[in-house]
Amino acid sequence: MPTDVEQWKSELYGTDIREHIERFAETGWDSIPEDERDAWFERFKWYGLYHQRAGQESYFMMRIGPPNGVLEPGQFRTVAEIAKEYSTGPAENPEFGNGWLDVTTRQAIQLHWINIEDVPAIFDELEAAGLTTMQACGDSWRNIVGCPVAGKDEHEHVDALPTIHELNDRFKGNAEHSNLPRKWKVSVTGCREGCGQGDINDLALEPATKEIDGEDREGFNVRVGGGLARNEPRFARDIDVFVTPEQAADVSGGISALFREYGDRENRYNARIKFLVDEWGPEKLRDVLQEEFVEFELHTAGEDLRSEYSYNAGEAAGKHDHVGVHGQPDGNNYVGLNVLVGRIGADDALDIADAADEHGSGEVRLTQRQNIILTDVPDERVDDLLAEPALDHYSPDPHPFMRGSIACTGTEFCSLSIVETKNRQVRYARWLKENVALPAGVEDFHIHLSGCTASCAQPQIADISLRGMKTRKDGEPVEALDIGLGGGLGEEPQFASWVTERVPADEVPGAIRNLLANFEDQREDESQSFREFVAARDDEELAALVEPEETSYDDPFMHNTKRTWYPYAEEDSLDDSPAPASPDGTPLSADD
Amino acid sequence: MATELRVLDDGAWISVDNQRRVPNSDIWPLAVTDFCGCETAHVVLEAFTDVGVDRDGVAVQAVGQCIDCGTEGALDWLAVGRVRDGAFHPYDPGELRPRLEPGNDIR
Ligand code: HEM
Ligand code: SF4
Ligand SMILES: [Zn+2]
Repeated sequence: MPTDVEQWKSELYGTDIREHIERFAETGWDSIPEDERDAWFERFKWYGLYHQRAGQESYFMMRIGPPNGVLEPGQFRTVAEIAKEYSTGPAENPEFGNGWLDVTTRQAIQLHWINIEDVPAIFDELEAAGLTTMQACGDSWRNIVGCPVAGKDEHEHVDALPTIHELNDRFKGNAEHSNLPRKWKVSVTGCREGCGQGDINDLALEPATKEIDGEDREGFNVRVGGGLARNEPRFARDIDVFVTPEQAADVSGGISALFREYGDRENRYNARIKFLVDEWGPEKLRDVLQEEFVEFELHTAGEDLRSEYSYNAGEAAGKHDHVGVHGQPDGNNYVGLNVLVGRIGADDALDIADAADEHGSGEVRLTQRQNIILTDVPDERVDDLLAEPALDHYSPDPHPFMRGSIACTGTEFCSLSIVETKNRQVRYARWLKENVALPAGVEDFHIHLSGCTASCAQPQIADISLRGMKTRKDGEPVEALDIGLGGGLGEEPQFASWVTERVPADEVPGAIRNLLANFEDQREDESQSFREFVAARDDEELAALVEPEETSYDDPFMHNTKRTWYPYAEEDSLDDSPAPASPDGTPLSADD
Repeated sequence: MATELRVLDDGAWISVDNQRRVPNSDIWPLAVTDFCGCETAHVVLEAFTDVGVDRDGVAVQAVGQCIDCGTEGALDWLAVGRVRDGAFHPYDPGELRPRLEPGNDIR
C-alpha cells in the first residue's frame, strides 16, 4: 500500500505547490485547513520549507541550496538581508542572538523562524538575486554539492562547475524528476582531493580519465548509493561507468529515472537508493541503467584519482578543509573563513558581504564543513581583508578545535532530534581550546555532533563522532552522546565505530581530553596521525582510552531540551510557547 | 469520527488528526517486557515506524534504546494514548505501564 506521503505527492507535488504557498501566505497561517496540514507541510518541503518542531508551530525553516554552494556576487548579501528582516524568533539564542543564517554540511543555507505570510516576499527577493529554494528539501534533486573551490583551484583535474550547472538547470523544476521516492543527493567533483564527499551521496561523479578511441578523455566515474542516515551508513558503490562531461547529464538523469521507477515507494525507511544498491548490487544496477535508461553505450570506469585524495584522509599532513589563504590559478586568492557550527549572525553576514565586495569579487562559497570562502581576492587586497574586524571571529586561521567543530540543528528546531547540539558544540569547542593542549603535529581535529542518527552533521566521517542519546546520571535521565572513533574519507573511507555509548553530555569534553592525552602517551611517534592510531586498535582497546569524566565544563542542556518550546527561553515549557503566532509575533490560539 | 493516524518525518512524531501529538525522544518506562534484562526498561524512542489503533487504544511500533543497559531494539505495539469521544488523550510517558503484546487486532 503506498504511504500517505506518496498519496499526497501523487495528488499534487512539484511546481504546482507554489500557488498554494502563495494562497496560504495571503490568507494566513490559520487558513491552512487543519485536516490538511500534514499533507501541505510535506509538500512545502519541495520548496525548501520545513515546519519547525512541536512547540514552534507556524514557524518554518527555509533552505536555500545554491549549486555547489556558490553564491554569486550579491547573493550572500541578499540572504543576509532576508535573515535580518525575516529570520527572527520570539526568543533569543544565548550564543547567537536573534537573526542568523546556518551554513549546512551540504553547502546550503538555512533560515529559521520564517512565517508563511512572509514567504512570497522572500521568494521575490531571492529570485531577483537569482536564488531559489526549489527542491531544497523534499523527494527530489537537492542542491548538487562538490569541491567548493571548483574553477578556482590550482591543481584541479577538471572544472566541474559547468557540469554542475548543466545538471542543476536540467533537473531543477523538471517534472520528470520532481517526484522521486525519496531525497536525491548528488555530488559532482573535479578536484584531486576528494572534497566533494561523493562517497556519502546517492549519486557521485568523481574525477577520472578514460582512454576513448585512443585519446585520453577527462570526465567522471560514477558511484551510486551512499548516505549516512538511520544507523545504516553506506559508501556510494562503484558501478563501473565513466562519463564524459557531455554525457554526465544524460547518465545522471538515467540513474534518477531508474530510482524513480524502481525505488521503494511503499516504505520510506527503505526508499533511499542505497537500499536498492544493497538489493541489486552494482552490476545489476548498471545493466538496468544501460538497458532501460540510457540510449548510448556506457563506458566502463576510467582511471580515478582516489589514491591522491587528501581531504579528511587522516594523514598527519594533507589538506583537510579550505580555511586560510590559497592561490587561485588566475593569480588571485581565495580566503576560507571558519564558521563555528555554521552559524553567522545577520549583521556579521552583512559585514562579510561588504568585505567580499570590497576585497574580492563579492562571490561567497559554502563548504561541506559549514564554512565560507571569499574568492577572487587580489594579492594586494589580502592584508586588508585579513584586517577586517569580522575576521576576528570568522577566522582564516582558527584554533583546531574551532576549525574542526561541526554540529547539526538538534533540539533547537528539529523534530527528529534527541539532544541539543549547536550551542553545546560551541561550548565544547571553547572549553577544549582553553583546557586541552593538542598533541604535537595535530593541526586538524574534526569533532562532529549530530542530534540523532539522521547524521546531518556527518559524524561518522569525523575524528571524534558524537551522536545524540540519553542516559541516566545520579538517578535522573540526562542528554548523552555516543562517542565514535575511526571515521574519515580518503582513498579508503571508513565509518566511525561507536566505541563508547551513552556518555552524559557534561562528561564528553573530559572524555575527549583524556582520549587525546592517551593518544599522546601511546602513539608510536609524532608522525602517527590520530586516525592511524585509532585504526591500529580494536574497539575494546579504544573504549578503554576514552574515559568520560566531569571537568570544569558546565552543560546547561542536560534536561529534556526537546520537551521545551525553545531550549534557551526563560520560560521554556511547552505550555509557555507563543506558537503558533503571526509574523508580528502575536500568538494565535492553537485549537479553535 | 475516524481518527487519522500517521508516522511522519522519518519517524519523528505521530500525527493524530493532523496534529503532532506523540514525539520521539521521550523515555518510556516499561514494566513487563523482554526488551532487555532490566527489571524496568527505560526506553528512549528514537523513531516511530508504524502506528495503529485497537478499539480505542493507539499504539506504535518504534525503534529505541534502553538508557540503562544500552539494549537497542524494536518495540512491537507500545500503547501511547487512547481515543475517547473522538478526542485523543496521550499517555504521559513518565508513567509506568506494561507493554502491549503484539496483536493481530491492531489496525
Ligand atoms: C527543522 C528541522 C530540521 C532541520 C533544521 C534540519 C537540518 C538539516 C541539515 C542542516 C542537514 C544537512 C545538510 C543539507 O541537506 O543541506 C540535514 C540533512 C538531513 N536531514 Fe535534516 N533537519 C531537520 C529536520 C529533519 C527531519 C525531521 C528529518 C527526518 C525526516 C531529517 C533528516 C535528515 C537527514 C536524513 C539528513 C541527511 C543525512 C544523509 O546524508 O543521509 N531532518 N538536515
Ligand atoms: S542529525 Fe538529527 S537532530 Fe540533527 S538536524 Fe539531522 S535530523 Fe535533526
Ligand atoms: Zn535495559
